Amino acid sequence: MNRLILNKIVLLLSTLSAVIGIGFLFWILITLSYKGISSLSLSTFTNDLVEGGIRNLLVGQFTMALLASFIAIPIGMFAGIWLREYSNNSRLANVIRNLSDIMMSAPSIVIGVFVYALFVAPFGGYNGFAGVIALTIMMIPIIINTTDNMLSLVPKELREAGIALGGSKHKIIVQIVIKAAKVGITTGILLSFARIIGETAPLLFTSANSQFFTMDLTEQFPSLTVSIYNLATYPDEASRNLAWAASFVLTIIVLIINLMGRYMTRNKK
Amino acid sequence: MKVKDFNFTYAGVQEPSLKQINLPIEKNKITALIGPSGCGKSTLLRAMNRIHDLYPGNQYQGEINLYGKSEKSNILELTKENDLIELRQQVGMIFQKPTPFPMSIFDNVAYGLKLAGLKDKDELEAKVHKALQDAAIWKETKDRLHSSALGLSGGQQQRLCIARAVALKPDVLLFDEPTSALDPISTGAIEELISTLKEEVSVVIVTHNMQQASRLSDYTAFMYLGDLIEYDKTETIFMNPAQKLTEDYITGRFG
Repeated sequence: MNRLILNKIVLLLSTLSAVIGIGFLFWILITLSYKGISSLSLSTFTNDLVEGGIRNLLVGQFTMALLASFIAIPIGMFAGIWLREYSNNSRLANVIRNLSDIMMSAPSIVIGVFVYALFVAPFGGYNGFAGVIALTIMMIPIIINTTDNMLSLVPKELREAGIALGGSKHKIIVQIVIKAAKVGITTGILLSFARIIGETAPLLFTSANSQFFTMDLTEQFPSLTVSIYNLATYPDEASRNLAWAASFVLTIIVLIINLMGRYMTRNKK
Repeated sequence: MKVKDFNFTYAGVQEPSLKQINLPIEKNKITALIGPSGCGKSTLLRAMNRIHDLYPGNQYQGEINLYGKSEKSNILELTKENDLIELRQQVGMIFQKPTPFPMSIFDNVAYGLKLAGLKDKDELEAKVHKALQDAAIWKETKDRLHSSALGLSGGQQQRLCIARAVALKPDVLLFDEPTSALDPISTGAIEELISTLKEEVSVVIVTHNMQQASRLSDYTAFMYLGDLIEYDKTETIFMNPAQKLTEDYITGRFG
């Protein structure tokens, strides 16, 4: 009897916890959607921040994220490939692996401070390049980690089969192993992009923000996330509404990218 | 092939895993390596195409001589990448787990040929078709040559791996427990296939299935804890083994 009661209690508690957790999630999403959509209009997307829109912010955020990707993806992938396929799990390789994992959990604001000291202060002011660098620093460890892990999921027999046919190591890696891990690696890259496009702290005092539409990376550069940070605390209602609209748009963007990632890894059978 | 005074030690391990192995591999015959888990039969097989080289630090001693198209050569002495590649084109290997590459059926079979430098499309096509026929999988694949190899069943994938290996026209084929991951029907199909292959190649097969060894092979080598205990014609090993250890294993007293 005792066991049955205990079972019922635990079941009740777990269900309650799940409901509370999911409840908050839904509360956030519903509030975000309601407040966000009601503040959205066509002008939100055609105007820049100086005119009460988010056009320059969207372009700015994407630009910095894309530039960061161009640098981080090759570096991250090559490092991941070296770690898994060439290093033979040497001590150096494991040190690098651990460092990369630690960097993934490094506080993003610390990375911001680091980039500030190196790329903002000496150059006399906030600039977009510093923002790109900060995002790159955040992105590289994630890509190293997923590439390394996805490659480790490829069974060793596949490599052996390639070698047994007379293949050289690099041919096997490119033509067989990477191909076998292709979906996982791509998804990892996609998700790391989704992650950095939503980051605020690394941009706060590197590229800061700009009201105007600009593609000049030597100056302060427009950012969607930093704008939300600023707008949310302004006293006037128009700013706060814009913050909701921007938050909603950002959430939708990240959601779409995540869904793309899920779509790519769906079970095909 | 002839294995002579062969010793093998895995990287980081004190004791050798193979001790003073002397074993002939007869041409155009099937030689089975049997023995309980850990006896070294797979280790020995994998030395024959130097696939241990993928994992650094292993040590060889002795000779493994390949009597190929040219004179004999001790494959343990090969150091140049090109020589090793040539070795693996002459000594093919099929693994326990079917390993289709993530590409079409055609590309899978053509892979080794392309690695060897074959570029002429017609020749490639002819050789791929022939290989698929030799591996008894032509009928099931001829209408889907360009679909992914991953869509094949386990037994079909394994026959694809065999097609991939025979496309290179090797002298020796090494089979590492090729049917242990397959169902009985696929196993039967593959055993039949292996016995037809011996007309063109010499076969070495590692198996922990003694019925399979006695069905398929002409010669059998029984190994135990890194030593070659007994080697003889298969009928002799199974009907009239000379060593007591062999007899105990055959009759199932251990293993």
